[in-house]
Amino acid sequence: MAKLTMVQAINQGLKVAMESNPEVVVLGEDVGRDGGVFRATEELLDLFGSDRVIDTPLSESGILGTSIGMAVYGLRPIPEIQFMGFLYPAFDQLVSQAARIRTRSTSRFTCPITLRVPYGGNVKSPELHSDSLESLIAHSPGVKIVTPSNPYDAKGLLLAAILDPDPVVFAEPLRLYRSIREEVPDGWYQIELGKAKVAKEGNDVTVISWGSLLPTCLRAAELAGEEGTSVEVVDLRTVSPIDSETILRSVVKTHRAIVVHEAPKTAGLGAEVAAILAEEAILDLEAPVSRVTGYDAPFPIPVVERSYVPSDRRVLEAIRACVKF
Amino acid sequence: MVAKARPTTKDVSARYSPVQILNPEGELLGPSPVIKDEQLVRILKLMILGRSFDQRALSLQRQGRIGTYAPISGQEAVQVVSALCLSEDEWMFPTYRDYAAMYVHGMPLRDLFLYPMGHPQGGRAPDGVNIYAISISIATHLPHAVGAAWASKIKGEKKAFITYHGDGATSEGDFHEAMNFAGVFQVPLVTVCENNGWAISLPRERQTHSETIAQKGEAYGVTAIMVDGNDVLALYKVITESLERAREGKGPTFVEAVTYRLGPHTTADDPGRYRSQEELEEMKLKDPLVRTTKYLKGLGLLSDSEEVEMWEEAKTLVSDALKEAESIAPPDPDFFFDHVYAELTPNLVKQRREFVPEEAE
Repeated sequence: MAKLTMVQAINQGLKVAMESNPEVVVLGEDVGRDGGVFRATEELLDLFGSDRVIDTPLSESGILGTSIGMAVYGLRPIPEIQFMGFLYPAFDQLVSQAARIRTRSTSRFTCPITLRVPYGGNVKSPELHSDSLESLIAHSPGVKIVTPSNPYDAKGLLLAAILDPDPVVFAEPLRLYRSIREEVPDGWYQIELGKAKVAKEGNDVTVISWGSLLPTCLRAAELAGEEGTSVEVVDLRTVSPIDSETILRSVVKTHRAIVVHEAPKTAGLGAEVAAILAEEAILDLEAPVSRVTGYDAPFPIPVVERSYVPSDRRVLEAIRACVKF
Repeated sequence: MVAKARPTTKDVSARYSPVQILNPEGELLGPSPVIKDEQLVRILKLMILGRSFDQRALSLQRQGRIGTYAPISGQEAVQVVSALCLSEDEWMFPTYRDYAAMYVHGMPLRDLFLYPMGHPQGGRAPDGVNIYAISISIATHLPHAVGAAWASKIKGEKKAFITYHGDGATSEGDFHEAMNFAGVFQVPLVTVCENNGWAISLPRERQTHSETIAQKGEAYGVTAIMVDGNDVLALYKVITESLERAREGKGPTFVEAVTYRLGPHTTADDPGRYRSQEELEEMKLKDPLVRTTKYLKGLGLLSDSEEVEMWEEAKTLVSDALKEAESIAPPDPDFFFDHVYAELTPNLVKQRREFVPEEAE
């Protein structure tokens, strides 16, 4: 057991997966010799060779499209797309191909790929490096999307995603790659997909979030606690399929819910959570479900991005308003 | 007909002109590849079966017994011959127009009817038949074919893969990304472009300003060959050699097979709106069935009565397959829940529980 950052935990997860499963191959832009633009694939080329750790041409649709063919032919590819905004050119291959091979062939062909892709803002990067596309993916049947909020979960969820028989987008919160360091077991362990986690227990209001904004929500919960409000924080971990059960259990207890995400508000995943609560728990609610999100504008330039991404202050104010309602 | 780039030769047509062995009159222009008489007869038989299936499918669509259908008439030679050159344990990545190729590689005739009928079994080759599921969006399957061939290479197999697409597909990004990967990673894949002259209503000249389609393979360092797609002997030679190169680890080949779509793009369009009757009449003279029939008769391998028998036999096979297809029960209305993920998600479990099917039409 060692104290690792998230990117180190992911690197270790990849090594463990490649050691134990000869069908696992890693491919993408700069994943080999360079070890990945964030060093997530460091040392893999030396350890596993160029047949299994493949530097590809600059070609997102090609990376994902050839990964699909590999998966259909019995490998377990782990393609990397360098930033989530660069997933757009590969989106057709993701949602109209990878996600539908099983349906199209009535399950004769399946597509066990794990698409690794960093996402999220507040890291001062150029345009299209900061987008959060989880709701577009959650709206596409046949594909799953997972996003860890800490190093331990990152490795456990990654290994579960690699063994999953269906395509999984593994969205890595860029901002958290090196900001947290924690104990991560050396060997193989898995965290079941589709299960949310109560990251902090509380009684007065539930804050539901995932990935990059978990630390923000936990800090806001801390601040609210100092004001006498007991906040429960639910970390979805798997964004799709969504774990409604854990959300409902928490909200039935607290009677209040806030959803926090970086993606634009309209038709974001917060709307889905609000709809689940309206359908299943309307009589348990003592306040409207509120959303703290990015705005309905493309993710802005670095000099103003801090005001776009939900902050500790915005989450805290939403908590205050919700308990006061 | 030249494979590798010769940068000094500026004239593309000098480097790329269709390989032709059998002219439209059914006469040999050069030495025939080594091919058994029985195989030649079989090729014609399969082409006649393809044409018969096509004619029947078109009339079934007009009667409302099948849905939208993409006809193959005119393209039987390239489909039949290329598929015959592939071994049973090798893989095919077809398009929605490759009915004859799929049949030759093991797809039951019955299931070929099931596809335009909208029955899920038509989209799934039986287990053991190495045919990939058809994607309707153009060129999207090409990177999959590259990936599968690449995986086979990584596994150390010595198999060849074949994939098909049309002239229109070469304008799609996925074609170029697939071709680039095929070249860089030297995968054992033969990509056959069935250049049938038309992408729905857009003629080949408007699809690309390139003089040939074949040269697009050259741009990616992929061996590129142009062949008369209605000439069974030229196709046999070119495809056999291409597949053999793939098996020997000598990399991918891009084959532009110049053919012609005698019918509409699909049953949903009327070619009279965009192309002339004169063009159609001219192209009918190049019909691969006419040419092959003449050749076989000239060799003494086919009599008039045997020809009639072939057509009769094909019609019977098609009718029997149709009967079988029409007797297959539709799936349960909620079958689609089963094929989204390996296991139903909680939302799918709930939706299926609440699902109430509509009455059948």
